[in-house]
Amino acid sequence: MPMYDRGKVLTGLAIFVIIMTFPVWYNLVRAQHVPKTELPKDVKQCVGTVDYMRSSHMQVLDIWRNEVVRDENRKVIELGGKQYVKSLQLGCMACHPDRKKFCDECHTYAAVDPFCWDCHFQPKETK
Amino acid sequence: MLEKALVGNNKYWAWIFFLLGVISIGGLFYLYQFNYGLGATGMSRDVSWGIYIAQFTFMVGVAAGGVMLVLPYYIHDFKEFGKITILGEFMAIAAVAMCIMFITADLGQPMRIMNVLLHPTPNSMLFWDMIVLNGYLFLNAICGWVILNAHNKGVHYPQWVKPLIYLSIPWAFSIHTVTAFLYCGLPGRHFWLTAILAPRFLASAFAAGPALLVLISMILKRVADFDAGEKAFQKLGTIITYAALANFFFLGLEFFVAYYSRIPGHMHTLDYLFWGLEGHDNLVLPMRFSLTIGLIATTMLLFPQIKKKEGTFALACGMLFLSLWIDKGVGMVLGGFVPNPLDRVTEYIPTVIEIGISMAVWATGALILTILYKIAITVENKK
Amino acid sequence: MDVKRRKFLKIAGLSAVAGITAPTAFNSLLNGAAFASSTEHGAPPAAEGSHATGHGGHEEESNLFQYGMVIDIKKFAEHQGLAEKCVTACHSEHNVPDFGNPKDEIKWIWVDDYEHGFTGYSQNKSMTGLNDLPVLLTCNHCANPPCVRACPTKATFKNDHGVVVMDFHRCIGCRFCMAACPYGARSFNWRNPREKYANGNYKFYKNGINPNYPTRMRGVVEKCNFCPERLAVGKLPACVEATGNTKAMVFGNINDPKSEIAQVLSANFTIQRNPAAGTKPSVFYII
Repeated sequence: MPMYDRGKVLTGLAIFVIIMTFPVWYNLVRAQHVPKTELPKDVKQCVGTVDYMRSSHMQVLDIWRNEVVRDENRKVIELGGKQYVKSLQLGCMACHPDRKKFCDECHTYAAVDPFCWDCHFQPKETK
Repeated sequence: MLEKALVGNNKYWAWIFFLLGVISIGGLFYLYQFNYGLGATGMSRDVSWGIYIAQFTFMVGVAAGGVMLVLPYYIHDFKEFGKITILGEFMAIAAVAMCIMFITADLGQPMRIMNVLLHPTPNSMLFWDMIVLNGYLFLNAICGWVILNAHNKGVHYPQWVKPLIYLSIPWAFSIHTVTAFLYCGLPGRHFWLTAILAPRFLASAFAAGPALLVLISMILKRVADFDAGEKAFQKLGTIITYAALANFFFLGLEFFVAYYSRIPGHMHTLDYLFWGLEGHDNLVLPMRFSLTIGLIATTMLLFPQIKKKEGTFALACGMLFLSLWIDKGVGMVLGGFVPNPLDRVTEYIPTVIEIGISMAVWATGALILTILYKIAITVENKK
Repeated sequence: MDVKRRKFLKIAGLSAVAGITAPTAFNSLLNGAAFASSTEHGAPPAAEGSHATGHGGHEEESNLFQYGMVIDIKKFAEHQGLAEKCVTACHSEHNVPDFGNPKDEIKWIWVDDYEHGFTGYSQNKSMTGLNDLPVLLTCNHCANPPCVRACPTKATFKNDHGVVVMDFHRCIGCRFCMAACPYGARSFNWRNPREKYANGNYKFYKNGINPNYPTRMRGVVEKCNFCPERLAVGKLPACVEATGNTKAMVFGNINDPKSEIAQVLSANFTIQRNPAAGTKPSVFYII
């Protein structure tokens, strides 16, 4: 089967492929800073296992938020004799006070941009 | 069929690029508003909806107006509307698209718009408005496109479209009724709290929509060699006249109820709109102008001689459209916020940003309309 | 059976079904309408005021939990500056921004006068000095809130304690609730509430900053929430706390006959703002 305008079609296709795969090229070429996680010192446990918190902390926050804001369920979580408030600002950040290490390290790498900090203060942000 | 929109003379392309230019400028304005927030507009705590929502309301009417062609053509078999019914349907598509854009421009958190679907709330009239508007968009897009496609191939449209066409008729009434419900079910806003709001909306829609279509058809006659036909024009003229009469009759009823009952809440907004309240009278001139030209246009349309002459008919339609645009696209929404619940007057003046974005939405609507009409007319003129 | 009769029975049957179901559907719509459930996670809605048909007030008995407030205007008049103190307490507690212009204004509670607070009431030959009294205005946490009815995302809803809450995370900023509120109690974030002055300070009300309470973000509606985060730890709302022991503000469950507020309500003549709107405000005033 003959192909009309072979040159134009192929050039067009090539340009399309390059543009569509650009994010892949870009990230390959760019020097990647692989996140280094660091557990908070002298804290032995969290509300969930490391694996669970790594994969599902956003769901936990989502559930907490709905329970606190919408259902008036502010029951403090008790675990191993320690109490945890269902709050990003007052709960999570109590043990993980450094937003840069705790949040941004991975979020930047994974290119996710949660809007928590549009409203919530991080410790010491208010000076 | 889309390729038909890609062939046109220089004037056609000049028009397209003009619209694209307006859209780009408005797009930049929107970018600014998106980054700064709705503080870029003239809206405030007291007047919390501005021209976006006002224009949205007006455009729902224009969209609903298309039914004034669909109904006579498909129900009463009024053959003279054969050529322009498709224009009515396509105008509805462009108008609903504009509605959706105006709503989006008005949202404080447009990225969260899907929350309306994620957390469906049937007790909110906005939820129903979303359903009826999108439904109307799909109904018109499907009907218009399938019928035009069949027309293009020289065959009769498939039977399965028929129920959709019939459904689109009550649906057209529903979009404007539900839009009226956004306003008339709010307990604290006396000006809107009137059972006659939906009928008023429909009456002004059935005058403004067809009036706009008459004007556009006259332009198409000159630039696109498309003649809707004298009989179609005259019938539209009759429809516009009756709708306009109903509209002003309803407005008169509002005046009577307010000023005969002398209930302050009922009078205050009308006071503000037509006489000024506590020294605030930004809208008095536009509203009086609107009422005056609207009444003159309606009177003109009562005379067959005026309606039969193209120039005077166009003038009457233009005046009426402008009148209804000011009345509903400006005064109706803005007036409802005056006075505020604390009986204080805050006035609203749109900013350049706001006007620019609104113009871009109008330009986008015009672009959609131009492309759809180009296709429709190319098919029509092929015969 | 002949065709005619069959047709008739069919139609009759259909209309009967429609006749039976339609009013039920309509009623459930009406009942549900006033109340967008706060409980999407299964718990039954506890706070509901929609079945009541009174003429504005809470005249019918209800055992639903409903937080409310009594504001004693005379006590505020006795204590100069107390009303302003309440406003400051609230606005600094909640990091409410102050941009210094009425267009961008955000307020959860504010001082106005009788004439503008009680617009439905006659001003004709009113008591001398009435309009000089400081009247604190805020969200009325209505038992039958039109804002909740209007919200298309349940971002504003009534919680189990009868509080009309704003979920700032969910609000899309359509401002339908602002149009619906008959009290002008709602404000919108027209711009970034975290804007700073050149010196690096937030543009917060009287420079107050509370690191334990979040700000809002641009493009959402906000208003008084009756301080649920304070109630949860046994504190009173910030404004009520600011009145000290003056009893200028009394807060509690208005439907619990043993509560202080219920006793204040039964012992005093109180009025509500715009009761004719049928919203059943939970904020009462002693004038």
